[in-house]
Amino acid sequence: MSFARLMAGLCGLVAGLFTLSLVTGVAPVGAGESLAALVQDDGGPLTMVMREIRLPRALLAVMIGISLGLSGAAMQGFLRNPLAEPGLIGVSSSAALGAVLALQTGFAAAFALALPLSALIGATAGVGLILFLAGPGGGAFTLILAGIALSALTAALTSLVLNLSPNPFAANEIVFWMMGSLADRSFDHVWMALPVMVLGWIALARCGRALEALTLGEDAAASMGFDLARLRLVLVGGVAGSVGAATAVAGAIGFVGLVVPHVLRPLVGGSPSRLLPASALGGAALVLAADIAVRLVLPGRDLKLGVLMALVGAPVFLHLIWRMRGQT
Amino acid sequence: MPCRALLVSFRLLCAGLVTGLSLGQAIAQAPQRVVSINLCTDQLAMLLAAPGQLVSVSNLAQDPRSSVMVEEARAYPSNQALAEEVFLLKPDLVLAGTFTARATVSMLERLGIPVVSFPPTSSLADVRQGMLDMGAVLHREAAAAAMVARFDADLARLGQAPAAPRPTAATYAANGYTPGANSLSADIIEAAGFEHLARALGLTQGGFVPLEALILAAPDLVVLGDTYPGNSRAEEILSHPALTALPGGRQKLEDRDWVCGLPVVVNAVARMRLARDAIGGAP
Repeated sequence: MSFARLMAGLCGLVAGLFTLSLVTGVAPVGAGESLAALVQDDGGPLTMVMREIRLPRALLAVMIGISLGLSGAAMQGFLRNPLAEPGLIGVSSSAALGAVLALQTGFAAAFALALPLSALIGATAGVGLILFLAGPGGGAFTLILAGIALSALTAALTSLVLNLSPNPFAANEIVFWMMGSLADRSFDHVWMALPVMVLGWIALARCGRALEALTLGEDAAASMGFDLARLRLVLVGGVAGSVGAATAVAGAIGFVGLVVPHVLRPLVGGSPSRLLPASALGGAALVLAADIAVRLVLPGRDLKLGVLMALVGAPVFLHLIWRMRGQT
Repeated sequence: MPCRALLVSFRLLCAGLVTGLSLGQAIAQAPQRVVSINLCTDQLAMLLAAPGQLVSVSNLAQDPRSSVMVEEARAYPSNQALAEEVFLLKPDLVLAGTFTARATVSMLERLGIPVVSFPPTSSLADVRQGMLDMGAVLHREAAAAAMVARFDADLARLGQAPAAPRPTAATYAANGYTPGANSLSADIIEAAGFEHLARALGLTQGGFVPLEALILAAPDLVVLGDTYPGNSRAEEILSHPALTALPGGRQKLEDRDWVCGLPVVVNAVARMRLARDAIGGAP
């Protein structure tokens, strides 16, 4: 399949799932009627439901999917390790810790972007620590060990902060921060996350050529004029911005950055620079599909996205482990 | 409905059985050391007990978020509804709720301490019955009868709500929770002349209403409580733009105003009536 046709196909898939997401909900309203109410204000409650509840939800699914798919593809390209995934190695949970701290201390209300920026700081610390521990080669063993340690630590601290909160509901939301959900999000969340996310996307998109060169090895890439220290910095910032903003509004959603690049890599001929845009679209499609599925499986109840992601992601993860076992 | 009333009278009247001799004794003579371990029995007992009869109330009664009698409750030593501390207070009667601190209650019963469990109040009729039951248990029948008479008079003074039209009111709390149609808050809302949305949605026992369903139902009034300090996603739904943009009215009522069957629920009825009258005749 040519790259252009793949991208066109993925765009079509995202557009289709986006529409499907808009017409999925608890209200027993026909698809045509819903979409008409979205486009044209009927002054009634249906327009409000479409514009204020379902549209931001579908938009957030796309934005978060792009962020996670892109981050996964970029980190895997940089570390040349298919296990590098923000959710798996603790970057998402570091971001969740940053967000929870900001929310519970009240810092999140200080200014408009305080929440996603706090999550960004958490994610920066997480991804920085992982890259430092895993080293430039990014051996699978160190990467996973560091990831497990970081995930456990940040998840424990997140739980501690939520348990210490004066709000009796906060402790119940540990599961939201670990599993992620898009239920009842609003345009406030879209506008809050978008600026930070877009900066992250731009940073990651600019890494493509350097990642391509890196497939030849670090020395080759350096001799081709790519500054690897700078690449690392841009990558950390890009991943932290994308994953941080995504986690701040929807909790830590795992496996997207693992599954999507894994499925798409053969289709782009293993090219890291082509994998970036393909994974962005693939991530959007996967999060949209999962968010539609949680609403179909348990309508009106807030089934967490992480449940479905793990159902899809765990077999892929096991398959990767199996293949790596065969290689060594 | 005597079977609904409290557990002791249920056992005495309906089954004709008394489990444990001490229970019969507790009814036979006025208890001298009463410990309450439930927020609602705390407040009702404080209102009805003779001086010195009540020796401890639960710590919830001293929490301004859940209790309307914080000042009064501070005069009593508080308990955490733990069997050990209650036992050490040497009570001759413990007041509990049928759904709270059940482990404590069964432990106390094993230790031979008489316990009377009051069911939750789920209607205005239950409020009257609860007062009479508490009066009987504490041997303060006259005070209870006077309280019921005042309650009836206060309710009568509010007058009948207009029979039609009946605007819709919805209670909406954290996570989209609404009490069901068979709850005290629903009875209060309906007594004030509203149709309760939970009844229209078929929720008799309370449950979670998705925000979409609430917006599409477009109630004429949304009754909201206060939120807790600190942040929670569960309460974020209460400030969702789609909810704030809802054209209907808003009414603030805290849990403490109507969670227990106390004389103050008259105030909740009165506030809901004001909200009903503000909507006027046109639906």
